[in-house]
Amino acid sequence: MATSKEFLDTELLRLVTAGSVDDGKSTLIGRLLYDTKQILVDQLEHIEDASRRRGHDYVDLALLTDGLRAEREQGITIDVAYRSFVTPRRRFQLADAPGHVQYTRNMVTGASTADVAVILVDARKGVIEQTRRHSYITAILETPHVVYAVNKMDLVDFSEERFDEIALELAELTSQLGLHDETAIPVSALKGDNVVESTDAMPWYAGPTLLEHLETVEIFGDRNTQDRRFPVQWVIRPMADEHHDYRGYAGRVASGIWRAGDEVVVLPSGARSRVASVDAAGEQLEDALPGQSVTIRLEDDVDVSRGDLLADPEQPPVTAREVTARVSWMSEKPLEDRARLLVKHTTRTVPARVEEIVSVVDILTLTDQASPGKLELNDLGVVRFRLAEPLAVDPYALNRTTGAFILIDESTNDTVGAGMVIEAQSD
Amino acid sequence: MSQSLDRRTLSHLDELEAEAIHIMREIAAERERPVLLFSGGKDSIVMLRLAEKAFRPAKFPFPVMHVDTGHNFPEVIEYRDRRVQELGERIVVASVQESIDKGRVQEQTGPRASRNQLQTTTLLDAIEEHQFDAAMGGARRDEERARAKERIFSFRDDFGQWNPRAQRPELWDLYNARIRKGEHIRVFPISNWTELDVWQYIAREELELPKIYFSHEREVFKRDGMLYAVSEFVERFPDEEPFTAAVRFRTVGDMTCTGGVVSDAATIEEVVTEIAATRITERGETRADDRVSEAAMEDRKRVGYF
Repeated sequence: MATSKEFLDTELLRLVTAGSVDDGKSTLIGRLLYDTKQILVDQLEHIEDASRRRGHDYVDLALLTDGLRAEREQGITIDVAYRSFVTPRRRFQLADAPGHVQYTRNMVTGASTADVAVILVDARKGVIEQTRRHSYITAILETPHVVYAVNKMDLVDFSEERFDEIALELAELTSQLGLHDETAIPVSALKGDNVVESTDAMPWYAGPTLLEHLETVEIFGDRNTQDRRFPVQWVIRPMADEHHDYRGYAGRVASGIWRAGDEVVVLPSGARSRVASVDAAGEQLEDALPGQSVTIRLEDDVDVSRGDLLADPEQPPVTAREVTARVSWMSEKPLEDRARLLVKHTTRTVPARVEEIVSVVDILTLTDQASPGKLELNDLGVVRFRLAEPLAVDPYALNRTTGAFILIDESTNDTVGAGMVIEAQSD
Repeated sequence: MSQSLDRRTLSHLDELEAEAIHIMREIAAERERPVLLFSGGKDSIVMLRLAEKAFRPAKFPFPVMHVDTGHNFPEVIEYRDRRVQELGERIVVASVQESIDKGRVQEQTGPRASRNQLQTTTLLDAIEEHQFDAAMGGARRDEERARAKERIFSFRDDFGQWNPRAQRPELWDLYNARIRKGEHIRVFPISNWTELDVWQYIAREELELPKIYFSHEREVFKRDGMLYAVSEFVERFPDEEPFTAAVRFRTVGDMTCTGGVVSDAATIEEVVTEIAATRITERGETRADDRVSEAAMEDRKRVGYF
């Protein structure tokens, strides 16, 4: 039985799952939740009852993840669903992205924060266009680890030969994409083989189950602890006598480890100072790691406000008004040359103009094709932007925070795209 | 450099805390008139702690608002007033009783009467009256299936409605807080927390809770398999005999729709152990309002419920 201590100091692992209903993704997630005993009595009763009403003669674990009425009625998954589960080794935060071709934007969304992407492959079909698309998205979003769950092994007689064929196809794909860490695991979500429990059905497979892999994949090395970057979110200035001179810059550490005494350059102004202290809730910390929300005080009275970036002056980002980025387009209205948009990058939002749509990716060949002059919904392409004000950016491959931005349509206020910086021209 | 060998990682509570603080600061920075909703329940008590972490040593850059149904547990109201005073923050109380008196809503009658649904009108009226453009709440995605699909920044049109099919994608930690006049955003900084995370955080931060969260002797009666507190706000059916039991409450809502569970857990440590081992979800066990239909929460959210 679980106790409070057992779960107290676990690491949080964020994962995204990609695949279609046909691949058995909902069943796989249902199986992960069910076999790790995350499904509580009332939820189980609910899906048993719903399965019966639909005339299924089995408990449809897929029903666990279908949250909205339209999804249950139509038997489809509309949108990214977020759910949590916990084992004694780790706390998992799962973004479940529907896998239909038209839902690329959901996969991009889920992959943007993930440590691990779990991509479903149907053992009967092997690598198909959707597998390539999901793998490509994982690559451009720099999701550090990828697991291919080769599902429905029961329908190919748990064949080692078939699994090896698929593993070979996958190896070809991942080397083409330059993925950093990938693993293939043969599973049957329906039967539960190799999801949480290992199985006798595939004695030829000696590797970990899916859950074992997720519990042990090392993620501490994925953070950028080298290049200090700190986007300022909010200036803390108490209007009280006891803290009269307090002026703190609140934000979340994007990268690097921050300590008192560190040299700082404020961008885009270029002003210089040093870290006086790193605080949390008014108390001083020894240091702050990437991902921590803290407050930094500087030794000098320099001009700093929301939207500024504090950085290591020895390894600063590029301050640029022209940026080339991979863009995932998420709106039904296509992106066209000369379009005007807002770019939200860290804590700064600036107007931008499309200078050139450079290319669009052909998912079948995974190559950049000459631009058709626009990006349609779910297209992934390369776009050059001109910014009305400079932004301090890094290439996305080096920094998943200072290399990322979203695109906002000012007329509708919608988020219409996501960008990952490839290069930026110094101002 | 030695930094590259740094193997330290944040614990899941540190990570969830950092995410929530980041969200609160974003909304404070990007909206003109945010408000923090406070119910006196454990989730909103965690939210107050997170706000302290986000903004101290300064005051919160927003007021705290309680939508008071008038049917709350007295222990909770006592706690609310004391806590807000300790923090030295501003509180706005929006009263369902006032909405009834003004004829904005119609009080239900009979043993199953509840003011739970009426809160929606009071909340929307208060948002309009104070011109709040962002309301932060302690809702979590693990509470209910429709919540699992809701964004952290969740938009409401000028009728307060949520449209699940037209949600903005949320990437990285970049939140788009832009709205038109009359619209507002519901913001859920602890979306990704589970009930167990909340309790672990309460234990770690040594937060005080209203007494009803811990085992205590109380007069209760049984209805639909749940134990309700005997109170002047709930009419009983003739066969609903009151009796005394050792109970605690897992959620704190109206006395009319919040059930207790039989429990001996009298300390935070004991509650956490009990939660970690529990086999029924928090809302399924103790909230009558979610049991009405398969899509109960979704329906209420669409019309503006928190």
